[in-house]
Amino acid sequence: MSGQTSASQGPASDPQMVFRTRNLEKIYGEGEAAVHALRGVNLDIPPAEIVVLLGASGSGKSTLLNILGGLDRGSNGDVWFGNQSLSEMDDADLTRYRRDHVGFVFQFYNLMPSLTALENVQLVTEIADHPMDPKKALELVGLDHRQSHFPAQLSGGEQQRVAIARAIAKKPTVLFCDEPTGALDSQTGRSILGVLKRVNEEIGSSVLIVTHAADTASMAHRIIHFSDGTIGKIELNEHRANPEDIVW
Amino acid sequence: MKVQSLAIAAVIAVGVMLLVMMSGVVTSLTETQRAYYERNHFADVFTSLKRAPASVLRDLRAIPGISVVEGRVAGSALINMPSQAVPIRAQALSLPDLHLPRLNVPLLTDGRLVDADQPDEILLLRSFAHAHDLLPGDYLSVTMNGNRRQLAIVGLVQSPEFLYSVPPGELFSEDKRFGVFWMSNTALAAAFDMRGAFNDVLISIGLQAREAAVIEAVDLVLKPYGGLGAYGRSDQISDHFTTQEITSMRDASKSVPPIFLAVAAFLLNIVISRMVQAEREQIGLIKAFGYNDWEVGLHYLKLVLVIACFGALIGCILGIAAGRGMMELYLVYFKFPALVFQLDPSSFVIGLGVSIFAASLGGLLVLRAVFALTPSEAMRPPTPPDYSKRGQWGARFSQMLDQPSRMVLRRLTRAPGRMLGSMVGIATGMALSVAMISLLAGFDRTIELTFDVLDRSDVTVTFIHPVHENAALQLSKLDGVTSVEPARAVSVIFRNGVKTSRGAVQGYIASPRLNRALKRDLSPVYLRQDGLILSTALAKKLDIRPGDILTLEIREGRQPKLDIPVAGLAQSLIGSPAYMELSALNRVLSEPDRISTAFLTIDASKQENIYRSLKAMPGVAGVSVKSEARDSFVKMLNEGSGSTRFIMIAIAAIITFGIVYNAARIGFAERERDLASLRVIGLSKGETAFVLLGELAVVTLVALPVGGLVGYFLTFAIANGYSTDLYQIPVTFSPRSFGLAGLSVVLAAICSGWLVKRDADNLELVTALKTRE
Repeated sequence: MSGQTSASQGPASDPQMVFRTRNLEKIYGEGEAAVHALRGVNLDIPPAEIVVLLGASGSGKSTLLNILGGLDRGSNGDVWFGNQSLSEMDDADLTRYRRDHVGFVFQFYNLMPSLTALENVQLVTEIADHPMDPKKALELVGLDHRQSHFPAQLSGGEQQRVAIARAIAKKPTVLFCDEPTGALDSQTGRSILGVLKRVNEEIGSSVLIVTHAADTASMAHRIIHFSDGTIGKIELNEHRANPEDIVW
Repeated sequence: MKVQSLAIAAVIAVGVMLLVMMSGVVTSLTETQRAYYERNHFADVFTSLKRAPASVLRDLRAIPGISVVEGRVAGSALINMPSQAVPIRAQALSLPDLHLPRLNVPLLTDGRLVDADQPDEILLLRSFAHAHDLLPGDYLSVTMNGNRRQLAIVGLVQSPEFLYSVPPGELFSEDKRFGVFWMSNTALAAAFDMRGAFNDVLISIGLQAREAAVIEAVDLVLKPYGGLGAYGRSDQISDHFTTQEITSMRDASKSVPPIFLAVAAFLLNIVISRMVQAEREQIGLIKAFGYNDWEVGLHYLKLVLVIACFGALIGCILGIAAGRGMMELYLVYFKFPALVFQLDPSSFVIGLGVSIFAASLGGLLVLRAVFALTPSEAMRPPTPPDYSKRGQWGARFSQMLDQPSRMVLRRLTRAPGRMLGSMVGIATGMALSVAMISLLAGFDRTIELTFDVLDRSDVTVTFIHPVHENAALQLSKLDGVTSVEPARAVSVIFRNGVKTSRGAVQGYIASPRLNRALKRDLSPVYLRQDGLILSTALAKKLDIRPGDILTLEIREGRQPKLDIPVAGLAQSLIGSPAYMELSALNRVLSEPDRISTAFLTIDASKQENIYRSLKAMPGVAGVSVKSEARDSFVKMLNEGSGSTRFIMIAIAAIITFGIVYNAARIGFAERERDLASLRVIGLSKGETAFVLLGELAVVTLVALPVGGLVGYFLTFAIANGYSTDLYQIPVTFSPRSFGLAGLSVVLAAICSGWLVKRDADNLELVTALKTRE
């Protein structure tokens, strides 16, 4: 993956990194009302890590996650996924990128209410290139016994686990989680974090978690602190906690 | 939301516009007609007779209940316009020598009244004068009673008698083709050998008098003088058509606007309930602050009211403008001295009231949802809609489908009520389209059948009095006449028990070629010697079946009363004729070998010569050219109440599109978040659109045959509604009608789908995901 000749590569691209950003800015609105959500973010994220983006609400962490996940574009600066420039992709390329490489887990699960747990996972495996067996994905999150239940029949924690199974079934390079435990009680939240850790270890996906709950950070390899649209500091965590031990 | 509010306001506006316009038209026509009749003393009872001395008028005045009687002379005439090859039929009416008539007073619009000492002075009907660019001071060449005369036009008049003017025996008004003029009594009586006598009577009756009793008494008095039967206003041809037009407009004003208001209420309900869903969090919050149900509810009700009032107001303004436009149209059609659009104030109030009511009804159902929300519940994200009950429907079948198709299928089966609603809406649009397109075909069919299939002649010649059938032979000798078919029309009152109808019996030869009676399958009816063939319209009116005996009170000659069996039925689309074999008709009248009409086919290149020869024939009362009659008929269909068929087509289109678009729009709004999720997990725009629009496609496909079927029956109802005494609109189905209707619905669906897909493509993925539901 040297690929230095490709037009989509800039001098700062590094195939060794999952993501690199250079001077990434995101501005909402114009003129007086303009809000700078990101103010020149420079970041390198190596593969197969659990990374926690920590910060108060409005600090820009979700904005960064959305841009890295291909849901949104920066206003200025560059973003690379491996050696591919996300900034230069059109809508169809971004769709392709999300389809092939990215899994998402949201605060409110976002399952299709009309599909069962298994079908929600199949929705993704039907379109992915080398997916895992959907039943195996549910097994991985400990929900193989509820596979034919509809979202309305599942608890919040269970719905979130289905969402994770759906996200990992394609064996994504990166798993993005935006406040994955935000709507859950602590017990359930811990079990969800456990699942994320397992995914990282067993599939080798990078896991990017956005949260404002500082305790979650203790399970990460890397903790990125956000404030006012910039990175405050980056911590490397050598003594990672077990999710079961995290205190809320 | 803004666009949707505007769209709903537009639907309300159309409904209110139609209401204000139609009821305004009804008020204006009714009021103008009433005032005109009152001011110009329009008679209540009319009759014609052969001839009676003036002294008989005294006997008539003595009849209880009669307040004014006026005898006059009426005669038929031909006007020879140098510019027109065909002689024009006209009616001559007498005016009292010394004063204005006391009934049916003509309204002088230009020039002066006639001088009784000047026998060649006339007043001319204004619409006819305008059609031929005639003015006071011009001269008119007229043939009366066989004598040609030059008459001086001294004034132009309008008359309540001729709001709608048609030549006797014809049905369609055409200003150019029928003239009316008034002369002094002395002059006209001299022309028709009626000195000291009268042959036409106008009567006004007291408020307490019973019309039927007066008619009976008048007939008794005039019987010895060849009375042709008195009749009331409702049988007076001009009043009949004017009143029928008003009635059909009144009926339409009661049925069409409510459709729009109901659709608006339906749409408002959906849109507002969607809004309440979306704003449940804020509602909970406001309730938590201590606002009560009503205060919160009022907020949404205000929105409903704003939309309703805005729509109604626009509708009122447009309604007044459209009403003014309609007045112009009606003045061409009905010859009122002036027709000012009078806003029916109640329509304003009703329009506003009904739209607010309809809108509130749509809104009120939603308020229930607002009331039901408790603050704590509202602040929690709603649980996902439950698909577990119906979701497994067709489990085996759904195994064969991919997930997006399963989603489409389960949306359909989960809320069958809602799907049924959309389906019914789209099917309604389809049904209306089928009915309206079929109706258009029906109008064409009426024209084609009447003027190409039933009547294959080019020219109809009418004689002043029945003449010997040799006259037909003479006509056939004219250069350019290729064939002649004799016929006789006899005016008659049909009586079956209490049911009566005034009309005529057409005597045709047994197997006519030019003007025929046809069966339903369009095969010609053989006219037997032993009975009458009735048009289905007449048979229905008289409630009589083949084999029954019908009483004919002949209104000509010796006026015999005959009982004749009904031998069969014929299809007829214009008027309600009755047919009999010519010689048989003459036999029962004891007037052998008589004809009153001849149908001609002619060589078109020689028509000018033929018309000139006919103009010169003294016994000819009139010549009607089929192509002209056809033109007047088409004109009438397009200008009168028949013109609303175009409005109905617009309605069908608006309703179809409105419902399809809203179904698509709401499907999108309800699932914005799901759709964004699909995009996020990697489905392409096309795949996402499939999930969104698959549902609409299935609903539309189901709605097509259902709508087609409903449309089939609706066509019968609508064709019946559009049929009048004057013409029947046949139910005409063709694959084309269904194809076109289906195509328009599919087009509306594609268009709506495209509009919504555009929004789905531009979904802000991030914001869509952040919202809870």
